[in-house]
Amino acid sequence: MAEIPDHLLKRAQAAREKAEAEQPAAGEPASEATETDTAVAVIEEETVEIDEKAEETLNKILEGLGEKVLSSHIAPNRGLWIRVSSENWRQTAQFLHDELDCTFFDWLSVIDWMPSPYGRELDAEQDIEPEQEPTEPEQMEWGYTGGDTRFQLICRLYSITNAIGIMVKADLDDQSPRALSLIPVYPGANWHEREAREMFGVTFDEHPDLRNIYLPGDFEGHPLRKDYPLLSRRMKPWPGIVDVEAMPGEEK
Amino acid sequence: MSISTENEQLAYIASQAADARVNVEVETDEGMTLNLGPQHPATHGTLRIIAKLDGEKVVAAEPIMGYMHRGYEKLTEVRTYPQVTTLINRIDWLGSFANEVPFILAAEQLMEVEAPPRAQWIRTILFELSRIANVCLFLGDMAVQVGATTPVFYAFRDREFVLNQIERVTGGRFHPNFDRIGGLKDDLPKGWIEETRGALDRMKSFCDEMEELVLGNEIFQARTRNIGVIPGDVALSYGLSGANLRASGVDWDIRRDANVGLVYDQVDWKVWTHPDGDSFARFWVRLQETREACNIIDQLLGSIPSGPIMAKVPRIIKVPAGEAYVATENPLGEMGYYVVSKGDLTPFRVKIRSASFSNMSITPWILKDVFVPDIISILASLYFILGDIDR
Repeated sequence: MAEIPDHLLKRAQAAREKAEAEQPAAGEPASEATETDTAVAVIEEETVEIDEKAEETLNKILEGLGEKVLSSHIAPNRGLWIRVSSENWRQTAQFLHDELDCTFFDWLSVIDWMPSPYGRELDAEQDIEPEQEPTEPEQMEWGYTGGDTRFQLICRLYSITNAIGIMVKADLDDQSPRALSLIPVYPGANWHEREAREMFGVTFDEHPDLRNIYLPGDFEGHPLRKDYPLLSRRMKPWPGIVDVEAMPGEEK
Repeated sequence: MSISTENEQLAYIASQAADARVNVEVETDEGMTLNLGPQHPATHGTLRIIAKLDGEKVVAAEPIMGYMHRGYEKLTEVRTYPQVTTLINRIDWLGSFANEVPFILAAEQLMEVEAPPRAQWIRTILFELSRIANVCLFLGDMAVQVGATTPVFYAFRDREFVLNQIERVTGGRFHPNFDRIGGLKDDLPKGWIEETRGALDRMKSFCDEMEELVLGNEIFQARTRNIGVIPGDVALSYGLSGANLRASGVDWDIRRDANVGLVYDQVDWKVWTHPDGDSFARFWVRLQETREACNIIDQLLGSIPSGPIMAKVPRIIKVPAGEAYVATENPLGEMGYYVVSKGDLTPFRVKIRSASFSNMSITPWILKDVFVPDIISILASLYFILGDIDR
């Protein structure tokens, strides 16, 4: 175990004390009214930020795909996410390609939502051997649009004419993650799917050639899965917070 | 080893060839298999092409990569956000600074931090300087691939002045590692602006030189005109980006159409496109873009605002939970990072969308039915960096 330097502990302690000192002041009944006022103001501020283009596109998608869109998320001026089931994966891409003019195939990948079983703690010298079996799905936290399974397929399709990018996510089966290949819609998906196959072990049906693209042909395992150990973490300490130096003039 | 499919057979032959570490030509029943690389001067690194030939014509070509795969997507998961920029500098090593910017912008987006105007200006200037440093080498290299040796020496000579300017600011010729979440590491040194103008003048005359020396050359035109033609819709469906896409007549530039965090809207500039889609068009577009980059920097140098170069960010950076994708128009094309954060010191997952990977995925399609010498000129005109393919 590497020790956290004293100056960091001191700073954390000071911050905690400061927060505690401020808390009762905010909780006083007299300040309640102003608090609600600010809350209202915050809500108003948030509602101002509407991404009209994304809303409009989402409405078109919902009109066309209806129930097939399981959930959606709009981060104003940052992007539009939709989630479909893996059965509708190719159909969704086809719809976006034909109806919304998403002709530009940006990229495709997979996210493994399982928390890493190797305790990647700040003060851990190296990876801890996993004690329990791979984490149950209940312990996972998904990002935007939520999710149901460990692996989520994600691809970004872009419409040059409307200048909007759409992220499409699909839940994959835990035991045998598989989906239909997008090659008939976007030939460029070929290499991306090969990469996703070797890195995450996701099978793409109807893909003509699912050989490894980066790794040697006889490589075992799927390196980007969260439960795949990282050798460098076994060899040397984590180069993290312990390296932080004090600023000039700051107490050690 | 049992060989079941044709592809496995090809891979088997290729692996045998690699063992011998020589370029071999293997006679098979249906014609000849030609192995190019992995050590080949046209590949900017270690890329191998296995081409099946019928006489001088390529029947099928299969690029094989992975000789330089470093697993950055896995490594980012055990590094803090500031540490990640050290890694991603090494993706496209000819224009390193440009690699850092989209990642930093994605992290800034999640943290809801914005760099001060001065930092945005300097970022854009350095971004365009790295574009010049990168594409300048392409201009010389493309000529070398079709048999003209001189231009590449001119390119190396004049690129040095641009690298010097990058070094004066960042301290690193190739790997600046200069961009920070919330701003930049340092301000510009004294006298830098004037010196950069001098370097830009040199660059402009280099572009003129290239135009006279290469573009108008009869041999160059014969080797590139109507060769490797990519129609616009095919380019889009394969995810080609950058100058490759614009050379196919698609008027699309992230700097103009989907700009995030950089100050291209403050400058008067033009997006160059070419309708032909052949190797010549790709060279021509890149040449014009180098000129345009000089023009952009020239304008920005005159209007750098004063003020701080760093926004207020905590010293220990924790990025709030969320997902963000930011892409920028890098020298090679669209480069973007999809960052998934769970509120920790390290990113939960980073997907690196690199331009060359998508640009190269068209090679099996484009190399079909071309002649053997054209493989080299087409690969050169698509312009890839191996670090950008293999990550």
